[in-house]
Parts: sequence; C-alpha cells; structure tokens
Amino acid sequence: MGWRAIQIWTVLVYLFMFLPIVVVVLLSFNDSQFGSFPMTGVSLRWFEELFQNEAILRALRTSLILGLLTALISTTLGVLASLALVRYNVPFRNAISTVLIAPILVPEVVLAVALLLFLQFLGVHKSFTLLLLGHVIFTLPFVILVVQARLMGIRRDVEEAAMSLGASPVQTFFSITLPLLTPAVAAGALFAFTISFDDITGTLFWKPGGVETVPTQIFAMLRNSISPEINALGSLMIMITAGLPILGMAISRWLSVRKSRQQAK
Amino acid sequence: MSIEAREARQPWILLSPSLTAITLLLFVPLLFILVYSFWLRTAVGDVEPAFSLENWRDAVTDPFYRDILLNTLKIAAITTVVCALMGYPAAYFIARARGNKAFLLLLLMLPFWISYIIRTMSWIYILGTSGALNTTLLWLGLIDEPIQMLYNETTVILGLVHFLLPFMVLNVYVSLEGIDRTLEDAAGSLGATKWQSFLQVVLPLSLPGLAAGSLLCFVLGAGTYITPAVLGGPRDAMFANLVFEAIITQLNWPLGATLSLLLLAVLGTLVMVYNHFLGLGQLMKGLS
Repeated sequence: MGWRAIQIWTVLVYLFMFLPIVVVVLLSFNDSQFGSFPMTGVSLRWFEELFQNEAILRALRTSLILGLLTALISTTLGVLASLALVRYNVPFRNAISTVLIAPILVPEVVLAVALLLFLQFLGVHKSFTLLLLGHVIFTLPFVILVVQARLMGIRRDVEEAAMSLGASPVQTFFSITLPLLTPAVAAGALFAFTISFDDITGTLFWKPGGVETVPTQIFAMLRNSISPEINALGSLMIMITAGLPILGMAISRWLSVRKSRQQAK
Repeated sequence: MSIEAREARQPWILLSPSLTAITLLLFVPLLFILVYSFWLRTAVGDVEPAFSLENWRDAVTDPFYRDILLNTLKIAAITTVVCALMGYPAAYFIARARGNKAFLLLLLMLPFWISYIIRTMSWIYILGTSGALNTTLLWLGLIDEPIQMLYNETTVILGLVHFLLPFMVLNVYVSLEGIDRTLEDAAGSLGATKWQSFLQVVLPLSLPGLAAGSLLCFVLGAGTYITPAVLGGPRDAMFANLVFEAIITQLNWPLGATLSLLLLAVLGTLVMVYNHFLGLGQLMKGLS
C-alpha cells in the first residue's frame, strides 16, 4: 500500500467519524417540521422551542448539577490518590493501580447492576444519591489516569525549597503544590464532568422514575418519534461537550502564557 | 511517631478515600450480587435468601440466553476486526505524518467528547428512510422509493465501530510512536522493501497497541446496550439488553444478577488472559 493510499484511507476514516456529527448540527438549523432531510431553510426555531420545553430544561438542570457534584467529588478523591501514587514509594503499586482503575475494567452494565442491587439491599433506593455515587465511582479511574499523567511533570524540588525555608507541609500544599496542580485538577474535573454529563448506560439503571438526565431524555424521546428539538439539543450538546475541552485547553494555555510572562518580569 | 513512620503513612491517608469508595461501591457490590444470584424470586415477586442454582441453570442452559451471548460475542468480534482494519492505517498515517500531528490527534479525540447517544442517534439521519443517504439516492434518481437500511445487525455494528474506532486508533498510534524509526531504516539498508520492513519490523512491534485497542473495542462493544436499542431491530438484542430487561422491566433481580455475572465472567476472562500475556500497562498508556 502506498503512502497516497494510506492518506486517502485516513481522510475517509475522518469523514466517517465526522459526517454524522455534521449532519446533526446541520439539521438542527433546518426549518422543516420533521427533523430530517431535505433541508427546507435555515432557522433557529428549534433552539427556541428547545428552551421552552420544560422536560428538556429539567433534564439539563439535573445533568449539570450531577456533573458538577460528580466532578467535585471525583476530582478530590482522584487528586489525593494520584498524589500518593506519583509522590510516594507505595508498596504494591501495581496492585493498587489495578484496583483504582477496576471500575473501567468491569463492564458498565455489570457495575450498574451490582451497585443498584447492593444499595437497594441497604435501603438506598433509586435516587439522586445513587446516581451520584454511581457517577463518582465510574469517573474516578479516568480522573486518576489523567491527573497522574499531568502530575508527573511537576518538579518536587520547588516544594522542598518552600519547606526548607520554613513553610509547614500544609502551607506548602496550599501556596506551592496546589497552584502548580491547578492544570491537572482542572483537566481531571473537566474529564469527570464530561463523562458524567454523557453517561447513559449506568444512569438508566440508577435514575429514579421521572428524573431524566439529558442523555436519558434523548433516549426516551427517540423511542417515540424523532422531533427536530432533539437535533437542536444534540447540536447544543456537541457545542458543550466539544467546546468545554477546547475552552479548557485555551485556559491552560492562557495560564501558562501568563505565568511565563510573570516569570519574565 | 517517628518521621519515617509518618512518611510511610501519608500515601495511605491519601489513597484511603479512593480505595474505600471503590471497595464499598464496586467490590462489595460485586460479591453481593454473587450471593444474590443464588437467591430466589418468590411467586409474589419478593426475593428471598436461599441457595439455589436455578438462576445459573437458566442462564447457562437456556438456548435463548446462549444464542444471544454467542451473538453478542460475534458482533463484538466483527466490530473489533472492522475497527482494526479501519484504524490501523489511520494511526500509521498520524504517527508518520510530517504535518501537525497534535491537530490530527485532537480532531480524532473530538468525537470522544461528543455525546454517545447523539453520535448513535445521528446514524438515523444518515441511513433512515428520510435520511441523508436515501434523500441523495432519490434525488439522483437511482432509487424510486426510500430503502429501509436501519434497524439490523449491520447498523448495530456500524454504530459500534463509530463509537469505538478512536480507542483503536489511539492505542495503535501510541505503540507506533514508540517504535525506533532507525529500525526501519536499518531494514531498508539491508535490502528489505518498504512493505517487507513494515510486515517484519513495524507490524510486530505495534502488536501490543493493536492488542490493547482490540481488547477495549471488544469489551466495550460486548457490554453495550444503547447501540442495539437505538440502531438494532427487535431481533438484534445483545446480552446487556437482557440484563436491562431482567432488572428494569421484569424486576427479576436474582436473574439479572446472574446474567450480569455471566457477562463479567466471559469478558473478565478475556481481560485476565490479556493481562497475563501483555499486562494492563499498555492499556493505561492508551487511555491517558
């Protein structure tokens, strides 16, 4: 196979990945009643209808709160665990790492069933709490993997310098380590939020009746008929989920540029 | 307490919240459903503690479950092979491209961030009776009325490939990047053609990445129930759909527990075999 053929193949693979996404965004601006082709005109009406749809707005609120809380808890746990793995000589490191990523090695359906049945047995019924616990356990390994990778790049001697100048470990953590950690923490939190915001497999098992997140709301709407509002919602979600990481990268770039400018002064 | 002892305790303090959470919310629940799978559902619908092999007998011997399990493994296997065939050349291109690699990778990562349900649903707009493909074919005059292309095994595989392809490309890319380029030059200077040096040097060295990508595609593919629910017909149920049916629709929890453990056993064996030969380290490289 020549290089040219590989090049064309790659372009086709990228087209395959992006075509469906482009179609959703395109259709969300379609004026037609039916949410499908042909395009009859460009309009924002489905976005307007979307923001008047109570069910969708409620799902959006649930997803946002759930995602933010998940990110908060998962990132806290994940950053602590990553610090232990990167900064210390932990005995049984491999075994511990495997345990920490176990939630992604177990198929999500199995995780969902196990957690649901166990907590139900303990008297915790399908509820927001169950959803939150599920999302935390499912996102934790991803946070640990991402934060650990970022932490490797932080040099330890800066902290040691602070301590040798008389700062207490707690002072050192808050005034030296944490600021240096910020990009890693932000990356972990963003990852946790996005995964939580997108999760449907576990969520369908854990959510109480009547409560919907954005993905389960879309899933429920798909079962009836395709309404053009789904396209607008899909388009919006593409912008949120694809826009957030790009925003995150822009911010971390801005921070590092600002930092290097400060250092230059 | 001595400084050494404090130093030795610190990592455990940092690790304990995560380890506790995973133990209480994953390992204990898994043990619990193992016990639960031997319990029985009574006629009134309650579950009572017992030791019965009935659920396991049903799950293992009932041809209905067996066929769906085999079908699930078949779909996951086809998906994995298609992902490898599509993904390997693309990963090779990115690894060897002279242009902006970071941009190509970022572009490939983008679908990762885009909602799984939206990506799955989007195929309806492409292949549905009023989808892009049918509309185009009608407009070109190649067909007189829309063709039903959706809701069969092929569309389930298509949806899965679309979902899993980035995992494959990333893993292969990571292992291709790790190959010392001078090895290829050496093979070339010893008289190997480009194709020979690829087959005998690059391909074998990239097998760990290919294996990691394949494992991820297979395990994630075999555990899914959203894709067959959205893109499959009534006869395209996969094993996870059975679990969902048992737990959510029929409320037969002991059976649901048994079925999910069966799925875990099959996929877990695969992960264990993989871990034995290649180690999970490669997998984590691709994930982070």
